[in-house]
Amino acid sequence: MLRQPGSIFRHRLATRMWHWITVITIFILIGSGAGILNAHPHLYWGKYGANFDHPWFNPPRMPSWLTIPGHYNLAISRRWHLLFALVLGFALLGFMVLSLINRHFQRDLRVRAAELRPQHLWADVKAHLAFRFHDPARPGAYNTLQKFSYVATIFVLIPLMIGTGLTMSPGMDAAWPWLLELFGGRQSARSIHFLAASALVLFIVVHLTLVILAGVGNELRSMITGWWRVPEEGA
Amino acid sequence: MSPILDRRTLVLGAAGLLAGCDRIAKVPAARKILFSGEAMNMGLQRALINRDALAPEFASTDRSRIFRSNGTSNPNTPDYDALAAGRFAEYRLQIGGLVARPLSLSLPNLRTLPQRAQITRHDCVEGWSAIAKWQGPRLGDLLKLAGMRDDARYLVFTCFDLFSGANYYESIDLIDAFHPQTILAWALNDALLPVANGAPLRLRVERQLGYKQAKYIARIDAVASLAGIGKGKGGYWEDVVDYDWYAGI
Repeated sequence: MLRQPGSIFRHRLATRMWHWITVITIFILIGSGAGILNAHPHLYWGKYGANFDHPWFNPPRMPSWLTIPGHYNLAISRRWHLLFALVLGFALLGFMVLSLINRHFQRDLRVRAAELRPQHLWADVKAHLAFRFHDPARPGAYNTLQKFSYVATIFVLIPLMIGTGLTMSPGMDAAWPWLLELFGGRQSARSIHFLAASALVLFIVVHLTLVILAGVGNELRSMITGWWRVPEEGA
Repeated sequence: MSPILDRRTLVLGAAGLLAGCDRIAKVPAARKILFSGEAMNMGLQRALINRDALAPEFASTDRSRIFRSNGTSNPNTPDYDALAAGRFAEYRLQIGGLVARPLSLSLPNLRTLPQRAQITRHDCVEGWSAIAKWQGPRLGDLLKLAGMRDDARYLVFTCFDLFSGANYYESIDLIDAFHPQTILAWALNDALLPVANGAPLRLRVERQLGYKQAKYIARIDAVASLAGIGKGKGGYWEDVVDYDWYAGI
């Protein structure tokens, strides 16, 4: 093992596996989703929306270096998207069940009342601006803003992607018509799907930036082996 | 490693992975895995969706202002033009294949059968949706008249419009064929079905996407297998660009 003095075991196997499965899955879903968006790059609110209706937004054409496949092919984009949508959904389900059993959620992601106090949040913002991401007293714990972003991604954004994705399926609308009530119609669901995907991209950009700032080698190793070297005081 | 280099590596790595996805999709074994999603999604949906679960129906006021046309807007073949010139008085829907009693039905015949009218949402594979009212006889009623043979598994719809010289075609299985909302529509929004939308008769199979809603139907055949029809994948777009045959998602 890579166990060294000053290292702590930070990420359990279930967390690491879900993380990397989801990295690949979301990467493919964003690429193939961008390809699908190019088929009709207009977004509407409500139950219907087509060329004669008023879009609230016309996204720019997704460039070929971003789409899967790298040329316009709606059928193949859909094949990638609808296969990996299953992986995303069932991997999240598995991760949620395991994280309740191994108490990862209760231990590491539960936001405590004290963390919501304005003084604490302000102190956390200042610590981020000073590139201090760890509490020396509890180095293995996530800081509050980090917790917020993980909780928002795991419990809000990804479930929102799955829910709005299902709402776009005419078959699922027959099985679960409440999906349409929940999201305000199929075209609203499609718009929310796009907005939530954009929020996920923003999360990924911030997440990768902070991984780099916190020390890419140490962070990557901890997400591969589980072992994380506690940064020296003041470093 | 400097942070700049790391970021560069990440960007280059991402671009490489995207190119990798394209290469993977061309390997036959990988393509098989990629295409296995269709069977999984169909299996899951068929397990979750009640056989007779209805697609949502809407109020009159929910309808799109304009129901756009897509695909062929006029078949423009000599046969079709002759039928259209006669306002489809000479039109006969042929129902054949694996049935006990092949049928040949005129539009007045189709209009005297029990009718179903429904305001439903049409979802194109491209992403847009439009809501309109459709009316026509239930396909299931016609199939009962014709008498399905036990070996029939699919219904194949052959259309008047030509794509690269061959007739557009689509197919559905018996679950969708006998679904209460599956109708052969001759009316759109209380008027005769316009040519742009598939006159004189189009399929409405409401729990699937737009490319399954065959327009300009010339004949319907009950078959045991889709092999040997077109390129064997069950429809024009399925054959040509590999759209999923099951279009419930």
